Amino acid sequence: MMKQLQGKSGASVFQYALLPQAPLPAVTIADPGKATLLIDQTYEKKSQVDLTEGDAVQTGQKLAPFKDSEAYVISSVTGKVSAIYPYPGDFGKNFTAFDIEVAADDVAPAVEDLEPTMASLRTYLVDAPGKPALDLLGDPTRPIHTIVVSGVDTDLLVASNQYVVRTEIDAIAKGIEILKAASGVETIAIAVPRDLIAGFGHTGADELKAVSLDYPSGQPKLILYHAFGIEVPAGKTCADMGYAFFSAESVANIGKTYETGQVPVEKMVTLIDKQGQVKVVAARLGTPVAAILGAAGIQTGDRDRLILGGPMTGTALYDAKQVVRADTDAIMVQDAADVTLVSDYSCINCGECVRSCPTRIQVNMLVRFLEAGQYEDGAELYDLHSCVDCGLCSYVCVARIPIYQYIRLAKYELARVNAVAEAPDEQ
Amino acid sequence: MSSKKMFIVSHAPFWHNGSNIPERCYGMIWAAMPAVALGIVQYGMPAVGVVCLAIATAVLAEWLMNRATKRTITITDGNAALLGLLFAMLVPATTPWWVVMVGTLLTVIIGLHIFGGLGANPFHPVAVSMMMLTVSWPAFMDFNAALVNYELSFNAVYPLTLAKNLGTAAVADFTTLDLLLGRQVGGIGSTFGLGLIGGGLYLMAKRYIRWEICLSFLASIFITALIFHMAAPDRFAGPLFHLLTGYTLVAAFFLLPESSSSPVNFIPMLIYGAGAGFLTILIRNIGSYHDGVLLAVLLMNIVNPLLDKIRPKALGKVA
Ligand code: SF4
Ligand code: SF4
Repeated sequence: MMKQLQGKSGASVFQYALLPQAPLPAVTIADPGKATLLIDQTYEKKSQVDLTEGDAVQTGQKLAPFKDSEAYVISSVTGKVSAIYPYPGDFGKNFTAFDIEVAADDVAPAVEDLEPTMASLRTYLVDAPGKPALDLLGDPTRPIHTIVVSGVDTDLLVASNQYVVRTEIDAIAKGIEILKAASGVETIAIAVPRDLIAGFGHTGADELKAVSLDYPSGQPKLILYHAFGIEVPAGKTCADMGYAFFSAESVANIGKTYETGQVPVEKMVTLIDKQGQVKVVAARLGTPVAAILGAAGIQTGDRDRLILGGPMTGTALYDAKQVVRADTDAIMVQDAADVTLVSDYSCINCGECVRSCPTRIQVNMLVRFLEAGQYEDGAELYDLHSCVDCGLCSYVCVARIPIYQYIRLAKYELARVNAVAEAPDEQ
Repeated sequence: MSSKKMFIVSHAPFWHNGSNIPERCYGMIWAAMPAVALGIVQYGMPAVGVVCLAIATAVLAEWLMNRATKRTITITDGNAALLGLLFAMLVPATTPWWVVMVGTLLTVIIGLHIFGGLGANPFHPVAVSMMMLTVSWPAFMDFNAALVNYELSFNAVYPLTLAKNLGTAAVADFTTLDLLLGRQVGGIGSTFGLGLIGGGLYLMAKRYIRWEICLSFLASIFITALIFHMAAPDRFAGPLFHLLTGYTLVAAFFLLPESSSSPVNFIPMLIYGAGAGFLTILIRNIGSYHDGVLLAVLLMNIVNPLLDKIRPKALGKVA
């Protein structure tokens, strides 16, 4: 699969893959057996929560069990709570996990009090599949003038958003209508793969933008640059420029909620098997990765690699117990034989990274600073903050330096340092 | 699914285009083979001896330096062998064994490891050692004296010496075809024009070297030599002669585009190559050396970091 994708000469002209003309209906992972719901709260003791083992929950039911917090999760299944425990997330985050033993009958009552308002959206859809970027809206210090509904995926082979724009256009249109009414944002644009652009006239969006299939054109900053002519200054976000990106899937789910009164609980997940074959499935939020792979008949073996996300920017998992979340767009399995390892060479200045970087960063120089831990200098002199996280530099590196990992670490460290510097002094 | 299964955890991206350093080094070695082979045909066993000794010494020096600096032993990656081979390609087949050894040690130790090893060398290691030898023992680097005992089927005087001392008429005997086919004296692997060009095309096609540097260098040699030639046709040899003699072609494909001592951005690469070509002809025609290539390479290596400051503006860079 890799061989087919890569321009042998090294100038990696990667293309996003288009799904077939009429994509097959997504296979629904029928019986997750057990679902694990996560709430973004640290779990210390039982008395913190109102929910206990044995409590019954229904599909679509809102659970806000913390006594001192509004944080909630929408139950994605019907069944009984079987365990509550602390759950570690990325970068030192802490969640509380609620295991739900799935019952035979799926009961999904409708929600009664939906209004086309931000408050209503926030009440039910913060963690809706596709993860709508609701927190970007309504911040007076950072006004949003355009919502961009992104019908493209950022990583290679991942096709979850593409699937949604191709199959759920009515739901997206409804979602756009609701978002517009609720947010009061002037303009809603929809961005779709260039080759599919015919047929998107009826979404109610004010603007229709074509996105090239060349990787990594699906990155929001590059969409703004190429389709809108907006260059986001290094270190700023798209939202700082007044643009809020919503995944097409999240918008479709907003639409469906208001259409049916039921809160959506199924996430579109692109499964990428060892041969690079791609299949879009619908899975309940909280379904363990192992259950999805099992249902799809994808085998994994010792020393394989299991990846949440796509081949260029995903995250490797150490076990298959992790669960599908609102932003889990893909699960990829890589055969042990295809796992390339990094080397301990230093940069030979071959320049391949510089030539592949879509944002024209002097990666060869940047990596020298990052290897030495000089993150500030790297940011100042060699444009760390222009990076759009595509991973191409690592992909082509002859010395096999984990450049992209250095970049992510540097960004994380700088963000942490800045956060400390900006925090009000605590006495 | 068994929960005891071990997955490999590492960082994105999970794909790689498969390129690596050994592949590049061995690719360079292969590309040099035609030129070396002709040298061996012409000069026989002494050439074989020089090539083998240089490679062996380079690999040994690499091993010693790896040990001394407590790094991974990298003798199998082909880089040391490549440096030894390149050194051998530049010297006459009759070079005494101890000069070969000293030269190769200088290449690997002074040229490469003193600066921090592969990727950290600001100059081409072979250009460094060759310049040191030229300054220290000019006699051994003089192709006329070195090869005087050979019975060669062609004019056994180093073409650049003739051109320098006697002007264009003296080199009229060297046809372009002669030069392309290696019928000229010179370093073991630096005279076979066609072989070097073939190797160079292979390297450019594989992207092991940056074509911008090679082509701007050759174009600049051609243009500069042409201007001199037009100004004084009797004194200064024509552009084709300069392209096909001395170290021009070895430098174009094996010395000048060495990654860590050359720029990576487009405009800097053009300036770098063009500058080296211009300096080469300047030195050959009005300087004191017969061949100016090595000095030109070193001079451009020095300005390389400055050149690479000319770079495109990164996305979102606030000026
Ligand atoms: S620095 Fe690397 S990861 Fe960042 S944009 Fe450039 S190629 Fe992509
Ligand atoms: S691709 Fe790797 S070895 Fe080549 S210049 Fe970039 S960082 Fe250096």
